[in-house]
Amino acid sequence: MTVTDTPFAGGVVGEARLRKEDPALLTGEAKFIDDLELPGALWVACVRSPHAHARINGIDTSDALAVDGVIAVYTGTDLADTWAAPLPCAWPVTDDMKNPDHFPVAQGKANYAGDIVAVVVATSRYAAADGLEGVVVDYEPLDAVVSVEDAESDRVVIHEDLGTNVSYEWPLIPDPEGVDAAFEAATHHVTETYVHQRLIPAPMEPRGVAVVPAPHNGDMTLYSSTQIPHVLKVMAALTLGVPEQKLRVIAPSVGGGFGCKLNVYAEEILCMALAQRHGVPVRWTESRTEAAGSTIQGRAQRQTIELASDADGKLTAVRATLLADMGAYLQLVAPGVPLLGAFLYHGLYDVPFYSFTCKSVFTNLTPTDAYRGAGRPEATYAIERAMDALAVAVGVGTDEIRSRNFIPTEKFPYDSPAGLVFDSGDYQPALDRAKELIGWDTRMAEQAERRAAGSTTHLGLGISTYVEMCGLAPSRVLASLNYAAGGWESATVRILPTCKIQVVTGASPHGQGHETCWSMIVADRLGVDPDDVEVLHSDTAISPLGMDTYGSRSLSVGGTAIWMATEKVVEKAATIAAHMLEANPEDLELTGGVFSVKGSPEAEVPLAGVAFAAFTAHDLPDGVEPNLEAQVTWDPPNFTFPFGAHIALVEIDEATGAVDLVDYAACDDCGNQINPMIVEGQLHGGIVQGIAQALWEEAIYDEDGQCRSANLADYLVPSAAECIDMKLDHTVTPSPTNPMGVKGIGEAGTIASTAAVMNAVVDALRPLGVTEMAMPASPMAVRRAIEAAGGGAS
Amino acid sequence: MIPAAVGYVRADSTEEAVAALREHGDEAKLLAGGQSLIPLMRLRLARPGLLVDMGRADDLRGISVDGDTVSIGALTSHSDLEHSAELAEVCPLLAHVASQIGDPAVRHRGTLGGSLVHADPASDLPAAVLALGGTLVATGPDGSREIEVSDFFTGFLESALAADEVLIAVRIPISTGGWSYQKFNRRAQDWAIVGVAVAESGAGVSLVNMGSTPLRASAVEAAVAGGAGVSDAASVAADGTEPPSDNNADASYREHLARVLTERALVDAGA
Ligand SMILES: Cc1cc2nc3c(=O)[nH]c(=O)nc-3n(C[C@H](O)[C@H](O)[C@H](O)COP(=O)(O)OP(=O)(O)OC[C@H]3O[C@@H](n4cnc5c(N)ncnc54)[C@H](O)[C@@H]3O)c2cc1C
Repeated sequence: MTVTDTPFAGGVVGEARLRKEDPALLTGEAKFIDDLELPGALWVACVRSPHAHARINGIDTSDALAVDGVIAVYTGTDLADTWAAPLPCAWPVTDDMKNPDHFPVAQGKANYAGDIVAVVVATSRYAAADGLEGVVVDYEPLDAVVSVEDAESDRVVIHEDLGTNVSYEWPLIPDPEGVDAAFEAATHHVTETYVHQRLIPAPMEPRGVAVVPAPHNGDMTLYSSTQIPHVLKVMAALTLGVPEQKLRVIAPSVGGGFGCKLNVYAEEILCMALAQRHGVPVRWTESRTEAAGSTIQGRAQRQTIELASDADGKLTAVRATLLADMGAYLQLVAPGVPLLGAFLYHGLYDVPFYSFTCKSVFTNLTPTDAYRGAGRPEATYAIERAMDALAVAVGVGTDEIRSRNFIPTEKFPYDSPAGLVFDSGDYQPALDRAKELIGWDTRMAEQAERRAAGSTTHLGLGISTYVEMCGLAPSRVLASLNYAAGGWESATVRILPTCKIQVVTGASPHGQGHETCWSMIVADRLGVDPDDVEVLHSDTAISPLGMDTYGSRSLSVGGTAIWMATEKVVEKAATIAAHMLEANPEDLELTGGVFSVKGSPEAEVPLAGVAFAAFTAHDLPDGVEPNLEAQVTWDPPNFTFPFGAHIALVEIDEATGAVDLVDYAACDDCGNQINPMIVEGQLHGGIVQGIAQALWEEAIYDEDGQCRSANLADYLVPSAAECIDMKLDHTVTPSPTNPMGVKGIGEAGTIASTAAVMNAVVDALRPLGVTEMAMPASPMAVRRAIEAAGGGAS
Repeated sequence: MIPAAVGYVRADSTEEAVAALREHGDEAKLLAGGQSLIPLMRLRLARPGLLVDMGRADDLRGISVDGDTVSIGALTSHSDLEHSAELAEVCPLLAHVASQIGDPAVRHRGTLGGSLVHADPASDLPAAVLALGGTLVATGPDGSREIEVSDFFTGFLESALAADEVLIAVRIPISTGGWSYQKFNRRAQDWAIVGVAVAESGAGVSLVNMGSTPLRASAVEAAVAGGAGVSDAASVAADGTEPPSDNNADASYREHLARVLTERALVDAGA
């Protein structure tokens, strides 16, 4: 058996195929949590604290218990003995990290508006909702800590037993003296401060949980709208103290996650406990407004970034300091989110000296955690906004300042100043192509003309380049970051007797299109129709091993496992085929679904024949087991490092402050592409999600910690009407880290677009004297900035 | 979001609706398109004991022109207003304003009558009708009466309609003179942060979301009538208003927007 030089020779990979998932999703055939029919299930409704910080002096449940259909009401005290352990945080980033106890139902004190203080169990969803109104909680409101600055001051210590609101400090300063010396010697020293507002993830499907117990044999099936059925199984077993072998976790169709379903939530553990207690199925479906407070939020940090450069704007050092908001408790991977950006505050620039420090604090707000990009949009934002400030200081174009600093192509694999090895990259062509797509020179000329003519609609062009680390992750690297789990992925490829294919993956798709891509990878190699490949996933009884889907890991880790399992099964098939052809396995090749002997094409046997022979096992070579199946677990040696250049063109109406996104171009590089249509789709959604942070989205809290944007009328998720046609192209720089040469594309759009838009906004406003704009750049905020700078037609 | 328990009856004509309201008194609430009432019920901010569903009262649906008056049935949907060729001819402002409401789903269910009776100062149609002028026809236990549009909006989410009255129709004068509607919002589907409607080249000017009710910008109208230039007329647009403050805009930014948008609307309407 010989291995072909190019990873893909079958003509399937690289095709823009329609997604096989979509007919079921578009027709309503796909079943989400709330579609499950569970006869006799009890409904759960959560009594949530309306106060951001309050002592619970008493709970009167008598009115609730009198409601028709209400079976039981439990307080935190009632359930205190139920938990084997607090809700898990799997990423204790430092040995002395402070992590408050966090139980599914609060005991004694509520620490954010949305904290569960009691739970109603009823025979219907309606009765449960009516029961909520009957629970009377005697709250004693306490001062709320809402800002990270207030939290850091310890004016009010939220978790008294910890003695401080600071959870941890995490420095990454490989050469402190070098950094100091670089800043001392710098010609230009730029210092910028940026705030990443809190974002509400808002997937189309809010969360939902259903638990079906089997009281007599102890089995329990947990259905959850989750990204991580496998991780959840382990964590749920530990948290509730149920035997893991008795627990099955199923993620049915999941309507998006964006990171917010990469968690172990109170409601999951709670429903398990209640199902155990009542011995019947128990379910809960989150409402949209409930989700705004009880599902994790994203971003939420204040950044200071300093750049040192020589007279030409060549960077000599980068220093970043973060103050990150963890919210009231530490959710599953929250402490690690800033660390996922920690290595990337120098962007794709060749910088000798590097310093990063993050301090994370507790506030009386909804816990934060991973949200699409997780740490990398924040890092990209800081360096890319600061590069524009440096361009202004040096007096060169925003394109030129970047070109002067890109890591030269010949330096790859690149030893980064933060200690990573960037796998591959070629940055200048991506920027050149993006400039070409947007019509950079023409647009610049148009901007100059408008400025000269004194126009009150201002054009702004903003660049954001980016490199990110994804494909989470080498298990050994995760260990060095104190992460409590590994980063491998598992795959099984099974050729059935009729030569149809079953693939089992440990990745857990929730909208990405894994079924299509995995089918294409397998079909390309085996020479079968992708529709003859079935991809099974997201059920721990069918796919027992997995590390799930997040961090743009599925293709480069899970897809690679699929590729390797396919190779392995082909190898076994070749052994059997060689036996059938009385040839040497090394002399066989598999093309178009047929094994043939190199040099004598008449000697051939179709894969289907081999599959049936493997099944009957009538005449297998000695020592070869029946059936064609291979399982592989792949642990990557490194992250992958996708990159690209994005450019936004905005027009600002000086009189109203309205920002209009006029054009958007991007050139991205995710290595080899399996399905370009899916790559494009991921970019479209990701870019819009990043633009949303720049222009629309913000979880707005008042000084009491109340969310003032808890529904989709007030929390401005953009719709199709706000989107524009984007001009997308790509370069291909394969990753040497995996055999398919793939990187990741799930988060890239979100990582790049926020800074591109904000740079464009500031570029547009610069002639009016505006030098900084906070996000989101709402019309009122822009208008206020123009007025404050003393400019602006009235 | 689960509403509290509620009773339900259908009223397939005006008579049945009036009868149901009389029979059930304060308990009962008319249901038209449900685009305002149902969200309030789901938040449990509204808890009627009984819904009287007028959805199939076809006698309340439709657009007709009689002389120089356009009559529109209260149950006519935003979408019907938007797509009516006849309305586009005799009152293009109203057809256009209807097209700017929410999203297609909302426009297919929401009704002109529901929007007027809900009397939300942030809604588009109440202000448009206010700029156009005319009368509203209501029927109650004591028969029908007409209410001047300018007397209809009495407070925040309050109208001159009595609890036992049904709004039947809206009668507005044909209006083909210069018109404009400037709706300022951040997403296409949103309510106006501020809106300005201009009818008849500035003879009628009204403001959206600039106070507790939709407002007639009388100072602007007077300035236009007195021959003032567009920017002078627009400069008094916020005079006498008490706009709200919220996430999107504080009061002073709203006042600023009212002036900017009024000027644009007047220019657009050829004032
Ligand atoms: C997502 C969304 C976006 C929206 N965006 C906008 C927008 O941008 N601009 C805008 O203007 N509006 C918007 N709306 C509101 C929409 O226009 C509503 O349709 C309208 O406000 C109410 O009309 P309805 O027929 O749905 O009334 P309903 O909700 O059925 O009723 C509203 C009230 O009027 C009463 N009522 C209804 N009809 C009569 C009648 N004939 N006689 C007496 N009382 C009656 C009801 O009892 C109730 O109190 C939006 C709504 C939604 C859900």
